[in-house]
Amino acid sequence: MDYIKKELPTKINKIGWILTLAGLLIVIISYLVDVQRTSYNNLIALIFFSGIAIGALILVALEYLAGAVWSTPMRRVSEFLASSLPFMIILAIPLFLNIHNLFQWAQPELVKNDLALQHKSAYLNVPFIAIRFGVIFLIFYSFYVIFVRNSRKQDTTKDQRLTKINLKFSAAFMPLGAILLTLFAIDWMMSLVPHWYSTIFGFYFITSTLLAGLAATTYVAVTLNEKGYLHPSIGEDHYYSYGALLFAMTNFWAYIAFSQFMLIWYANIPEETTWFLLRWTGSWKYLSVGMVLVRFAIPYVGLLSYNSKMNPKNLKRIAIFILFAHLFDTYWLIMPSYSPGIIFSFYEIGFPVLIVGVIILVFYAQAKKYNLVPIGDPKLQRGLDFHL
Amino acid sequence: MENKKIYTVTALFDTPDEITDAAKATAGAGYTKFDINTPYPVHGMEKAMKLKPSYLGYVTLFFGLSGAAFAMLFMSWVSIYNYPLVIGGKPFFSWPAFVPITFEVTVLSAAIGTVGVLIALMFRFPNTAHPLHDTNYMKKVSADKFGLNITSLDPLFDENKIKEFFKGLGGKEIETIYEEDKKAEIKVFDYRFIMTLVLVAIVTAGTTYFVLNKLLYMQPFTWMGEQDKVIAQSESNFYNDGFSMRLPVEGTVARGYLPYEYKGAPDSVIKFISNPLPFTKDIIEKGKMRFDTYCSPCHGYFGQSDSRLHDQFPKPPTLHSDKVRNWPDGNIYNVITNGQNVMPSYEKQISREDRWAIIHYVRVLQRSLNAKDSDIDTSQVKREK
Ligand code: HEC
Repeated sequence: MDYIKKELPTKINKIGWILTLAGLLIVIISYLVDVQRTSYNNLIALIFFSGIAIGALILVALEYLAGAVWSTPMRRVSEFLASSLPFMIILAIPLFLNIHNLFQWAQPELVKNDLALQHKSAYLNVPFIAIRFGVIFLIFYSFYVIFVRNSRKQDTTKDQRLTKINLKFSAAFMPLGAILLTLFAIDWMMSLVPHWYSTIFGFYFITSTLLAGLAATTYVAVTLNEKGYLHPSIGEDHYYSYGALLFAMTNFWAYIAFSQFMLIWYANIPEETTWFLLRWTGSWKYLSVGMVLVRFAIPYVGLLSYNSKMNPKNLKRIAIFILFAHLFDTYWLIMPSYSPGIIFSFYEIGFPVLIVGVIILVFYAQAKKYNLVPIGDPKLQRGLDFHL
Repeated sequence: MENKKIYTVTALFDTPDEITDAAKATAGAGYTKFDINTPYPVHGMEKAMKLKPSYLGYVTLFFGLSGAAFAMLFMSWVSIYNYPLVIGGKPFFSWPAFVPITFEVTVLSAAIGTVGVLIALMFRFPNTAHPLHDTNYMKKVSADKFGLNITSLDPLFDENKIKEFFKGLGGKEIETIYEEDKKAEIKVFDYRFIMTLVLVAIVTAGTTYFVLNKLLYMQPFTWMGEQDKVIAQSESNFYNDGFSMRLPVEGTVARGYLPYEYKGAPDSVIKFISNPLPFTKDIIEKGKMRFDTYCSPCHGYFGQSDSRLHDQFPKPPTLHSDKVRNWPDGNIYNVITNGQNVMPSYEKQISREDRWAIIHYVRVLQRSLNAKDSDIDTSQVKREK
């Protein structure tokens, strides 16, 4: 393995700090001006961010579990992205402080007059959601620590057994992660409309999560490799595989999202349709139509042809666009609970800027400490030799 | 032997790496009409052989899009024009319901189209013969060897040179393969093959028939159908009286329905109920429509009791009698709402508004048979001198 570690330019660190501080400033101002609206944006931020971090973690586990070799040379990118996981807690703290602004079930006056909410209160109550959040975070973080510690140990020891251990843990991680993400989606998004339920909602969130993690990894990996920070053997074939996965997940997202919509539309039961009806009133209608374009049609066309998946420039553009679509989707899922129509102002900008800044900072710090390529991984050479 | 036409020169290699290098060298030497045969797909081979990307993707795209368009248009045509059915109160063009089928047809036609084109254009169906069939070479490359062959179609083809070239690459078992003597007979129409097809068809059809017409009507497959639910037009064995529908509780008032508050009231009260609707063209036209629908079967289109019932039902009196003409609107309303003797009540069938509109129209009918001179619009009449 002829890997020579190259330091990332300090410029990146600077950009990270600027974005973080600017984002933080806007967030603080937003909180001072309008607490309720900012808490909704904070919720969007939590979901958007967890999508990227947990999605990257899933990719790491998926690689071990599927025995994939092509992604091994870029695995560190996913690992570094996942390492920002603890930021979830920081994003969640203001939410817990403002939980009464967000959720109907957290407002005792409302629960008192609502039989359904009373029945659900055994599950939907503040202490229990806090416990669930803690458990979900801890489990994800423990898996992160296990995967990454073994992967780093391998850099020096070259011990092949570590890959086997990670394989076993990822087998446990997958079903557990699916359940936890479902609970997470129910807790923080579905319960915004506490009378409404959709059994596929958790899965909807899982597909978004995977897409977000994948898009972030793709963008960073392709950018770093084009600039020569990874390895010269990584090329079109690897890019193509990322493109194909993005394409597949985009389709899968559409499949799940449409399944949810069609069944509710067809059965036409008032308890279920309210959620879509709300997103079909006023200006939300445009956003709902926009979802079809932004989340599905544009990435679909952008990744359809063979060459578009190989072309690094196109791939980077689409990856960024998919991240934007993830934000768009999260906004669409959450904001109608707060406002009767589309709203957009500085409140909505602060958190995304902050998140991008923090991810860059964490990534830079990780890249400084550790190798950008898992040089001890037994699958690495095969991954570098990978051809379609 | 010598006058036979050469088809190709072959060589065998042991490992995927060797064959990839050999392919690169062959393409590098300028050969274009050559092929690689391997027991499994070797990654990176297209690039090593310098193959142009296949056009098959566009075939798939074409068939996929045609399938999607066909499914969408066909379903729209069926459900809007050909056989419109109201399903679940949805509009005839309910595109979300068409999406799953459109999706399936897209995938199906893309897959079948691709395979069809592959077989027809690339394998030249029905020609199934190939000079490489039944050769030592083919047996080896379908087991554990990796084969390279340059065909005589290549402009640089020269048997001896190629043999030297292969030796240089480290190829083993270098052989020349000739075209077959006879024109290969088309084996697809061999009777054994056809009989096999027929047999498969019979078995498939029989199984399908058995499953769909017999098996699904046996236990436990029928359990899905045996549900404790009301089946329309059939007796209920849940309720003692055998009816599956229940009468609403006494005094129940349906949504959007106001009971008639003058039921059984004396004439002196009824005659003061007045028509709330304005006497406008729109309302009269609506009244005509409702009258023609509900009243004309008995009373005739003009209220002259020239009914279409042909004495199967007692003939109603004319609506042009002095009695009805002098009645206040309230009385007619009362008759429609409550019925009168053999005339049934129309309360449940005709909405309040429509009843009042009908009364306006009845007034129009009456006036038309009793027109006065003053009704003539003289401004429209040309004076005769
Ligand atoms: C099933 C046939 C039938 C239909 C339909 C019907 N009627 Fe009658 N109607 C009768 C008969 C029969 C009588 C005479 C009842 C009686 O013997 O007092 C009558 C009586 C009347 C009378 C009272 C006439 C009188 O001299 O006492 C009026 C007014 C009247 N109908 C209006 C209507 C209107 C308006 C409609 C449409 C909403 C209508 N009817 C529909 C059969 C019908």
